Amino acid sequence: MIPFEYRRAATTQDAVATVSARPDAAYLGGGTNLVDHMKLGVIGPRLLVDVSRLPLADVEETAEGGLRIGAAVRNSDLAAHPVVRSRYPALSRALLAGASGQLRNLATTAGNLLQRTRCPYFQDVTTPCNKREPGTGCSAIGGYVRYHAILGASQQCVATHPSDMAVAMTMLDARVVVQDADGTKRIPIADFYRLPGDRPELDTVLSHGQLITAVELPAPPAGARSTYRKVRDRASYAFALVSVAAELVLDSGEISSARVALGGVAHKPWRARQAEAALEGAEASDETFVRAAGAELAHARPLDGNEFKVELAQRTLAATLRSLTEEARR
Amino acid sequence: MENTRTGITLRVDGEQRSLRVDNRTTLLDALREQLGVTSPKKGCDHGQCGSCTVLLDGRRATTCLTFAVAQDGADIVTAAGLSEGDELHPMQEAFLERDGFQCGYCTPGQVCSAVGMLDEAKAGHPSHVTADLTAEPELTDDEIRERMSGNLCRCAAYPNILAAIRAAAAP
Repeated sequence: MIPFEYRRAATTQDAVATVSARPDAAYLGGGTNLVDHMKLGVIGPRLLVDVSRLPLADVEETAEGGLRIGAAVRNSDLAAHPVVRSRYPALSRALLAGASGQLRNLATTAGNLLQRTRCPYFQDVTTPCNKREPGTGCSAIGGYVRYHAILGASQQCVATHPSDMAVAMTMLDARVVVQDADGTKRIPIADFYRLPGDRPELDTVLSHGQLITAVELPAPPAGARSTYRKVRDRASYAFALVSVAAELVLDSGEISSARVALGGVAHKPWRARQAEAALEGAEASDETFVRAAGAELAHARPLDGNEFKVELAQRTLAATLRSLTEEARR
Repeated sequence: MENTRTGITLRVDGEQRSLRVDNRTTLLDALREQLGVTSPKKGCDHGQCGSCTVLLDGRRATTCLTFAVAQDGADIVTAAGLSEGDELHPMQEAFLERDGFQCGYCTPGQVCSAVGMLDEAKAGHPSHVTADLTAEPELTDDEIRERMSGNLCRCAAYPNILAAIRAAAAP
């Protein structure tokens, strides 16, 4: 590991100014992903600016009936927050499906949004990887692709985003609050993450020095039911092969509103707009759910070795919608 | 390059310890290599096995994925610090009584994680297997297994670890 300077940020302004002025600087939150990457040699910042103790650890209800989550809120605290548990159960469930108890106690909201792919070739500095070292090639194509993308990938990169929390937040139309030298801006999460295209090294639209200070969730629609379902190779403590965050509002058997996002299938948390279009206004039936899942996955382009994920995603999506409907009818 | 070393203070098992660390030093390495506190074990060193778990400012946390410099001022309780003199912590007693270890390598992390996990459950925190998110969680075997899933034991002493935690959790 390359030697580095360490500074504990006094204020968000101080943090932004310090990192913006130094191209070789990085923010440090809980560190569960960053420290690992520094050990592996994936990155080598010369200055770490610790933002984990900034006063950004509050969860507050907003005037519009939503929730504002500070960037430094720990994953365990967010999952256990009474408002999240009662009004945003998909978010609580997504957080609880991620990592382990001791990691959730360290990991922060902003750090979770910015965690990087678990593609083994990205993490192994002895192999070519366009995301780690642009222009070197993609070792995953033709390699081990069980955890790789089936939607939105490019010839440059087939990695998936590993976060569970971000999938739920994508379904919930979260806004990412970002601070830079020019002030504060809000980025809808649908515009926050990038598909790889020919710049796979960029996960998000953030530029160097921009600091996430909070995430805002709008109020869920009245009568909404939501959940998060994760399919993985073991029952606990593993990344998703496929995951689904879904929310339905039913009005006497008809779906009046539907929001769906998928995890484990793309370079970013995948908002399932095709499925939503097939659901809204339709009868809440098995047939509708299967059709909606089929509509979304019709665009899937699996790799040589992860073809199974197309059907797995379809079935998981339909099953999640079915369970939400059954819950509503009880 | 300047300032790549920092003076820090940690409270470890009740004792104030001052040391100077290379900023690259993880909390785990600072404890083991610099302070001689060898209760937290280095297993995978990547946050996946849980053997380096301690109670960090009262909450269970792995020590391999945090830099010591970032924990300046922290209060750390290791498995060795849970006992009061010769009097073992009830969780340690339970692990002994139920034979919750074989090689013992994962044990300090298991014990710290179990103590932290019981506090989380007492505070009403749900887990991945909690059916009703808004209800008070009941500490069933499935709940204990899920909550302890960040701690691996390659000897597979899991049934005894589960029995030990169940015993320690009983009022």
